[in-house]
Amino acid sequence: MGIRTSAALWRRPWLRATLTLSPPLAWFLLIYLASLVVMLITAFFTVNPLTNQIEHTWTLSNFSQIFTSTYITIIVRTLVMAILVTITDAVIAFPFAFFMARVASPRVRQALFVAVLLPLWASYMARVYAWVVILSDKGMLVWTLNHLGLGSPHVAYSNTAMWIVFSYIWLPFMVIPVYGALERIPESYLQASADLGARGWRTFRRVVLPLALPGVVAGSIFTFSLTLGDFITPLLIGGANSSFIGNTIYNNVGVGGNLPFAAALAMVPIVIMAVYLLIARALGAFKAM
Amino acid sequence: MVGTGTRWVLRLWVVGVLLFLALPILTIIIFAFDSSTVQSWPPAGYTFHWFSVAFNDPQVRAALILSIKAGVAATIVSMVLGSFAAFGVHRFRFFGRESISLLLVLPLALPGIITGLALQSAFTFAGVQLSLVTIIIGHTTFCIVVVYNNALARLRRVSGSIHEASMDLGADGWQTFRFVTVPTMSTAFISAALLAFALSFDEVIVTVFTAGAQNTLPLWIFGAIRLGQQLPEVNAVVVFVLLFTIIPVTVAARLTGGGGLTRSTLRAGDDLAPPGTPAAEAQEEAERVPVGAEMPGL
Repeated sequence: MGIRTSAALWRRPWLRATLTLSPPLAWFLLIYLASLVVMLITAFFTVNPLTNQIEHTWTLSNFSQIFTSTYITIIVRTLVMAILVTITDAVIAFPFAFFMARVASPRVRQALFVAVLLPLWASYMARVYAWVVILSDKGMLVWTLNHLGLGSPHVAYSNTAMWIVFSYIWLPFMVIPVYGALERIPESYLQASADLGARGWRTFRRVVLPLALPGVVAGSIFTFSLTLGDFITPLLIGGANSSFIGNTIYNNVGVGGNLPFAAALAMVPIVIMAVYLLIARALGAFKAM
Repeated sequence: MVGTGTRWVLRLWVVGVLLFLALPILTIIIFAFDSSTVQSWPPAGYTFHWFSVAFNDPQVRAALILSIKAGVAATIVSMVLGSFAAFGVHRFRFFGRESISLLLVLPLALPGIITGLALQSAFTFAGVQLSLVTIIIGHTTFCIVVVYNNALARLRRVSGSIHEASMDLGADGWQTFRFVTVPTMSTAFISAALLAFALSFDEVIVTVFTAGAQNTLPLWIFGAIRLGQQLPEVNAVVVFVLLFTIIPVTVAARLTGGGGLTRSTLRAGDDLAPPGTPAAEAQEEAERVPVGAEMPGL
């Protein structure tokens, strides 16, 4: 770039802004948002049962099919699991994050940070598969329980197995924002609370907990959304009655599938997430992320 | 405010959580060396045999090559687009600026299946055959935000006036970019590239919808587990994939102090550096000086 061009660009910030921002924005508008719109439109189409081709005739039948008992059951199961996993992760993560933020020495804190972040990036397939191996009837869990004289419960391929694995996989997503929220609480607030006569537990309940809540909600967005959209863990870890919204979508894609129905069903997690994000915003989660 | 008893309970809790996080990964590493063909605990004996089986499997090789191609291409495209977006958002004030962060993070905040299905609907609608190109498009879409977050976080720490100083001293746009922007941004860029690659290399859900008949490495693993065949080989491949994702991420963590690794930053630029690291100190430094840190909220 010559000095003249630079000078010309320097004098025209709107031109520079347009030049730098249009490539990424074009990508998102033309590929991502356009795809979402196409998916929405596809949801109103049908598949010709004879030719298996998508017919561009407008219908609401895909949506009315969602509200039949088969799919309502699947939606409720997915939703209940997402809520359960979110609560479990919040319960596991909170004391851990509290220790990290307010008890641990800087050295220990850093080590814990790494210990949480590495599993977050370690391959998803590897972590799910590890649990397939652990939970199987010949696996480590049953072996250990057996040797402790607790019998050999059948955990593999059940909703319980799915609950354990989801809680495991998304746990780091909860720890990090909760840690962030707890770490940001000024020490002086706790001192003020103590000066005003509140003892440990009361300070925790009246000062720490409300200030940490946005962090918990921020973490819950990820644990909730990731569980809501998964179909791999239900397929590999779950049993016969573990089908999720994602599984139905996945089964309807490809040869012999029903892409318009899959598209209509995909609106369910979108609507749920939209509602969830609105609630999260009201609870101040976006300031905690 | 934390009593001794509470401290001990918390310590026990932390140890429990650490075991919970680490045990599955250790288990899978142990099983990769198990000489038995049946995955039962405890392992029967130890061998390197499955690694050579996996390495010599043409399907695994093809999948690995496809994963690397997709990862490298998605990284390059998202580096360009993500840093453009970060520079633009950092330097200019304009209507709708706040919504850009939200737009870029959508592919990560919405369930992956939405991105995957949306792209597939669009490809089907437009008559585009699923191929390596469609995989790259899918991966780029969610990798952009990683680059954007890392680059924006760094830009907010570096004072903008050094660019103006460079221009005032007579450097043209290219020289300023080459001698001022690149040196201040380099570690952020390297770390962003490594993270984007790791994210792409490991992705399953979006890939399922954009890959067509070809297998990336995670798709091969997924298929093999579903069929329940070649499981000892799967163990070896899985351990390889673990290393292949963890190594770039560890390097990236060293470069940025772990800030870019949180994955959950909806609010770009507000990364959490682990306390006590140089990055954390730099962050505290930056927080003292308000550098246009208003929130791109919803």
